[in-house]
Amino acid sequence: MSTKPLAGCDLLGLKGLDRETLGHYLTTAAEFEKIIKRDIKKVPTLKGKSVITLFYENSTRTRTSFEAAGKYMSADVINISGSTSSTTKGESLRDTFLTLQALTADCIIMRTPFSGAPEQAAAWVDVPVINAGDGMHEHPTQGLLDAYTIQKVKGPLDGLKVAIVGDVAHSRVARSNVWGLSTLGADVHLVGPNTLMPRDISQLPVTVHNTLESGLAGADVVMVLRLQLERMSKALFPTAREYHMTFGINEATLRYAKPDAIVMHPGPMNRGLEIGGDLPDGHQSVICQQVTSGVAVRMAALYLLLGADGIEG
Amino acid sequence: MKTILLRGGHVVDPANNIDAINDVLILNGVIKAVGQNIDVTADIDVRDCTGLIVAPGLIDIHVHLREPGQEYKEDLASGLGAAAAGGFTAVACMPNTAPVIDSAPIVRDLVTRAKDVHKARLWVIAALSKGMKNTELTEMADLKAAGAVAVSDDAYQVQDPLFLRRAMEYAAMVNLPVLLHCENTTLSEGGVMNEGLVSTELGLKGLPREAYELDVARAGLLAMLTGAKTHILHVSTRGEAELVRHFKQKGAPLTAETGPHYWCVTDEAVQGYNTHAKMNPPLRTSDDCAAMAAAVADGTMDAIATDHAPHADYEKTQEFALAPFGIVGLETSLALGITYLIKTGKVSWTRFIDAMSTQPAKIIGVAGGTLTPGAAADVTVIAPDVTWVVDAASFVSKGRNTPFDGVELRGRAVMTIVGGEVVHG
Repeated sequence: MSTKPLAGCDLLGLKGLDRETLGHYLTTAAEFEKIIKRDIKKVPTLKGKSVITLFYENSTRTRTSFEAAGKYMSADVINISGSTSSTTKGESLRDTFLTLQALTADCIIMRTPFSGAPEQAAAWVDVPVINAGDGMHEHPTQGLLDAYTIQKVKGPLDGLKVAIVGDVAHSRVARSNVWGLSTLGADVHLVGPNTLMPRDISQLPVTVHNTLESGLAGADVVMVLRLQLERMSKALFPTAREYHMTFGINEATLRYAKPDAIVMHPGPMNRGLEIGGDLPDGHQSVICQQVTSGVAVRMAALYLLLGADGIEG
Repeated sequence: MKTILLRGGHVVDPANNIDAINDVLILNGVIKAVGQNIDVTADIDVRDCTGLIVAPGLIDIHVHLREPGQEYKEDLASGLGAAAAGGFTAVACMPNTAPVIDSAPIVRDLVTRAKDVHKARLWVIAALSKGMKNTELTEMADLKAAGAVAVSDDAYQVQDPLFLRRAMEYAAMVNLPVLLHCENTTLSEGGVMNEGLVSTELGLKGLPREAYELDVARAGLLAMLTGAKTHILHVSTRGEAELVRHFKQKGAPLTAETGPHYWCVTDEAVQGYNTHAKMNPPLRTSDDCAAMAAAVADGTMDAIATDHAPHADYEKTQEFALAPFGIVGLETSLALGITYLIKTGKVSWTRFIDAMSTQPAKIIGVAGGTLTPGAAADVTVIAPDVTWVVDAASFVSKGRNTPFDGVELRGRAVMTIVGGEVVHG
């Protein structure tokens, strides 16, 4: 790999990224985690660079994480939300991106309900585009931060059994994790009701289960997906009660996994629905570590894509 | 009007079982004779057709010409010009315009103005229900008197089976064919591409094949019940073809069409969120492509039609889910058939011309599709071996929305003759 192999690239999804590239993001993230654990966590790495976050969906965690990542590296971060953008006046996405580029943005970070919009937009502008979650497609920095967190706690991913539980059909987190974790050598299992599994999912590099007992057997990692309650109105599951009984991760169901299995959740959580009320606070939970990993991973992404000269600036 | 002799071409005229080298003499706008070594006099325009296919004019019974109301996408001049350039001597236009073609004056206006274009002929398909809202029937007898040749709500498919039954009974009475876009929209709700591995990877909502197959079954049953001449538009799946075959065997008054993109492109073309690969029905799988080619070969698909659906570039340059469905087809249809059906040996020239000309005329009950002496001289001359590269920017159509831009194809119309006049070539 050359010294700046990812400079100028986009980060649109983890599908198609090879093991070396994924490893490069994770190794770089480790350097940035050291920085954000310092007393003074600001470095001049991206001084004079402007980073725009363009969010067409509500998000606190991801947007703040990107904003913090940029600011810790001294970039100027400008946040635009869907309601303040020109789309409400009928402007097309392409025109919005051309405008942001003309405003001399050095990187555009996008969250959108439309699958594929970041990939389409990346073809319209020259600056790097980072996908901060697009519809049901991918959420690559989430996938990276999950891989980073697992590796940190459990060591190399090769051979680790990871069970991803819940609403796989609507989950971009699930898709990014399937690609990222499988490329890194993990054994990925998907668990959930048939109604929340997309068609032909078993043709991906995964094993599909519809009971926790089989899906969690021998798991090193249990990753719980957020369940949106409005899915009930589409007859995707009968009640919150039955969902928790059959697919909720709690102290009882977690026993199907290995005794030292870790529990992850991308947030925001519905305590008592997809995850037991006390479990996120328990000793097996790494949910708060995921959030910290997220900042480090996003710093790494900005650093690598913007081709900065050195981690310390 | 000049007398034209098409000399020494390979005449393919399925209606008369002709598949041999022949001359074709055109006099006063009609076919005068088809035969060997026709004598020529001095004032005849002789065209050497050696090595070329001479066929009855191609007819596309499923196009969107966007008039009235959406002339920025296409208009009669550009659409009928594109048809002529693609080798079509006639097209039938769908009624999903603004306003909808649901009253006699609109039909008459289109019929009249299309004649002034002097390109391909226009046949008008009127709406099945007022405003294509699926709640009140259109005045089908009056529409027919004004010149409409069929009724259809196309993509606004009637979901209520009782309303569809009544519409088909009424259409049968006035002897208008009913053209159905078969899709159960409850089962396909929100879908934007074929439901399968690719939609799962791309995180796009799927249009499951079963939504279409279920509705073909309903159409077959109601065709049997009502006796209406029922035509299934743009079949895309193996299962639909099997259902069409089943109902034909039972004697249902059923015909069907498929389109060129359904035998040569799969849902993999959507990768990269290519909105030029977005249409409804969606591109399916390689197994479906094989089934479509076989269904053209055995006649299960009576006709080939493009569903030519021009859109402005800016409309297709949007988020995939927001971009409108549809691709243009008039200027690539013939070559996609030659390249992927004939040159591969899957379909004979006779069956291909039957599906591109003879059967389309029969389905909508209009003249054409034959070189029988006395018939209007609608003729397409085809260079079957020429190789060319699709260049959307040079289309006569206003629409550039094609997944085939830059693709190398075989075969092209070199002359299109409508009523004895050369309108292309």
